Amino acid sequence: MEWETVIGLEIHAQLATRSKIFSGSATAYGAPPNAQANLVDLAYPGVLPVLNAEAVRMAVKFGLAINARVARRSVFARKNYFYPDLPKGYQISQYELPIVSGGAVDILLEDGTSRRVGITRAHLEEDAGKSLHEGLAGLTAVDLNRAGTPLIEIVSEPHLRSAREAVAYMKKIHTLVRYLGICDGNMQEGSFRCDANVSVRVRGAEKFGTRTETKNLNSFRFVERAINYEIARQIEVLESGGKVLQETRLYDPDRGETRPMRSKEEANDYRYFPDPDLLPLEIDQPYIDTVAAGLPELPDQKALRLMNEYGLSAYDAGVLTASAELADYFEVAARDLGGRSAPHHAKLAANMVMGELSGLLNRDGVQISDSRVDPASLAGLLRRVVDNTISGTIAKDVLEGMWEEGRGADAVIEARGLTQITDESAIETAIEAVLAANPARLADYRAGKEKLFGFFIGEVMKATARKANPARLNELLKKKLGGG
Amino acid sequence: MTELHLMTVAELSAALHAGRVSSVELTRALLARIERHDRALNAFISVDAESALAEAAAADARRHAGDAGPLTGVPIAHKDIFCTRGQKTTCGSRMLANFVSPYDATVVERLRAAGVVTLGKTNMDEFAMGSSNETSFFGPVRNPWDGARVPGGSSGGSAAAVAARLVPAATGTDTGGSIRQPAALCGVTGIKPTYGRVSRFGMIAFASSLDQGGVLAISAEDAALLLGAMAGFDERDSTSVELPVPDYTATLEQPLKGLKIGMLREFFAGLDPAIEQLIRAALALLHAQGAVVREVSLPNLPLSVPTYYVVAPAECSSNLARYDGVRYGHRCEQPRDLTDLYERSRGEGFGAEVKRRIMIGTYVLSAGYYDAYYLKAQQVRALIAADFERAFHEVDVVIGPTTPTTAFSLGAKSADPVTMYLSDIYTIGANLAGLPAMSVPCGLLEELPVGLQIIGPHFSEQKLLNIAHRYQCESDWHLRVPRGFG
Repeated sequence: MEWETVIGLEIHAQLATRSKIFSGSATAYGAPPNAQANLVDLAYPGVLPVLNAEAVRMAVKFGLAINARVARRSVFARKNYFYPDLPKGYQISQYELPIVSGGAVDILLEDGTSRRVGITRAHLEEDAGKSLHEGLAGLTAVDLNRAGTPLIEIVSEPHLRSAREAVAYMKKIHTLVRYLGICDGNMQEGSFRCDANVSVRVRGAEKFGTRTETKNLNSFRFVERAINYEIARQIEVLESGGKVLQETRLYDPDRGETRPMRSKEEANDYRYFPDPDLLPLEIDQPYIDTVAAGLPELPDQKALRLMNEYGLSAYDAGVLTASAELADYFEVAARDLGGRSAPHHAKLAANMVMGELSGLLNRDGVQISDSRVDPASLAGLLRRVVDNTISGTIAKDVLEGMWEEGRGADAVIEARGLTQITDESAIETAIEAVLAANPARLADYRAGKEKLFGFFIGEVMKATARKANPARLNELLKKKLGGG
Repeated sequence: MTELHLMTVAELSAALHAGRVSSVELTRALLARIERHDRALNAFISVDAESALAEAAAADARRHAGDAGPLTGVPIAHKDIFCTRGQKTTCGSRMLANFVSPYDATVVERLRAAGVVTLGKTNMDEFAMGSSNETSFFGPVRNPWDGARVPGGSSGGSAAAVAARLVPAATGTDTGGSIRQPAALCGVTGIKPTYGRVSRFGMIAFASSLDQGGVLAISAEDAALLLGAMAGFDERDSTSVELPVPDYTATLEQPLKGLKIGMLREFFAGLDPAIEQLIRAALALLHAQGAVVREVSLPNLPLSVPTYYVVAPAECSSNLARYDGVRYGHRCEQPRDLTDLYERSRGEGFGAEVKRRIMIGTYVLSAGYYDAYYLKAQQVRALIAADFERAFHEVDVVIGPTTPTTAFSLGAKSADPVTMYLSDIYTIGANLAGLPAMSVPCGLLEELPVGLQIIGPHFSEQKLLNIAHRYQCESDWHLRVPRGFG
């Protein structure tokens, strides 16, 4: 039987406000336990919530960025349940009337086509604190620093059909919230995480299968693995004649599996009702217009522009615009190399940024904004490729030298003597020496083993410390071998 | 000079201003009175003589420095629902029996800034849930008019303390009548302002959409003085309203000529004839001052009690979830696990009435019942508010009795919650509609006080106080003191 997977994600993005959503406490990560919990966060008798206007502005930004409706009137509701890290005994969230509804984003699929993923709603809510169990000899400790941190919960339509698509969608939202400056996107610290609703059905069936919800996935890798595990598990259950239970599950990254947390029957009745401590949130058009006017260039717009201005492929534009900083870096370098009038040079810059430079950044765990080679220096390096001072291969070594030594391209080239050999006689001399040293191979080549051409090229490169101009070498070697 | 304890706030203010008495002398005198009488009344949960005297000394110093306002040095008491920094704030519950608040409620803070001296914290029904003060963990309050009777509730301690002249005035809160009903049963003047007029910050929540702080005092003039100091926008309470606070004392004397009073038909149907007679006599007195009285009908008003007993428990079931034994308040001994901690801490910390309302509230918010109860109640609430609004197109205020009976005996209704709930039948409407309302003493029946209730449109406190004051200029019911407390 052929199965089809249906996935919807609920993404929780912590808003990058300085203070909490309903209290004046700071939201910075990593403070000593409970150092950032005031009387409101601790739910002392008599305290009341006051809405943080900045959190509202950020949610509106998000709504505009996904072409959603921003509600003129939205309502905060209480979600009631008992847990030690939920001091009030309820979480303030939005239920029937969320601030944002009915948006969409486009994701690029592996086959090069794109798919529109609907976003049902995005609502404002407060985060809970943390319960700590480890190293406490059976006791539980509560840290309320996170309690009251503003979140938007972004709920997608069940439009995703594979774990890969789910990850592509999540990355898209991740990119978007960072462009908007509304979330730092730090997944390790839990600033960006998701719950995955997964079900399978026989391909072509109209009704959805029974879904499970896997909670709190805080890396793209976990999302992919947890969903794939769930798909396989559910198909196995169904193929062996069983039924998938509607339940909440937890992903165990160590064992790479999901485990049931609570079933539908055990699910809480949250007794949602409008929070009488907060008035309905009213937003007018002039406010929305002001927020709209302050929106930055968004990833899709930027990618389109990079394709138009610099002749980049959709793929390259997509990779470069995954972060605004990376795209900015590229643009500074590309402009330095002549901008739109020199698309070939822009392509060189794109390749270098996506390839060698990203490799160095990853290797040393450095953010693009802290790159040890700035975009102007990178352009300086590429100019030496363009003017044939060095080859593209050597350029990689030079970049590494610049990275390590903090010097410009020319200084590194000179210090290491990496200037390309374009002088024909020098290259010819090297070719002759190589052929003389390998008479047997030369005979084989002449006998028709043309693959050996590459061997000779390699040997000459070795002999010239890779400085021979590759095009010239190619040409001369051909002539030499052909001419006998 | 009248004996100090019989003086109104306005009179004390004048005496302090003239230097005829110091705040320290006054505070000493009232502390002694509390010491002498409160064993019998149980109107106070805590009295902090030391801090009261320190505040009084500071008030006197402020006066010497020429920095005194009308309330500087005047001693009052706070209902124990208002958080007072560094002092116990119990809300009448075992749950908070040892809770020391780290902060002052906005109401407390504002009155302190005005120089008011806090003598102590008054007794109340547990978490303000009750109409007789019998649900208090600290024992019932006795009505000064008859020690075998209840003072009403939930602000029973404040009402009894003012009636017995242990304090000239006290704060209270009113969710369904908790200022007006005890004011009526104890023969004092009480005002519940418009919802949003007084900050709820630091006032321990019972039902957030209904709770409103106010004053119990001897006279309308005193209520005007104190309300002026308490009221106003507070950025820490999102439901407080950003409107300037008028000088409530400036308009007290305005003539009532042409005032249109609506007699609430629904409040007189089936009313005890003896009470009706006193209300009609009060109306005649207002009529004599030029007011026009006509009958108005609020057809949905009889639905107030069932509506209230869905909305208020729903909100309280959520508001009281924070008392879980984790961070403060009562925690059971040796909890086995988390569930045990919750069950026993809450089971031991809350009394029967609070538990009853938490259960009702949990039920009406549950999946499958929400629409039938909570949503329906909110719809009825809107109808009741619309009834009032229509009435206020025809009349300036509506008037009726505050309570259906005079003070009942201790224990008479405590076994039957529904009968108890019906003692708030006339007061709940104003809370559901968020309207300001007052209770003013208007007579005695067999030596027990009866209250006249005046309800006005949103933010008509000036008008209500004006009417009450003019009435009190022509009557002396508010100056009657129960036997033994003169």
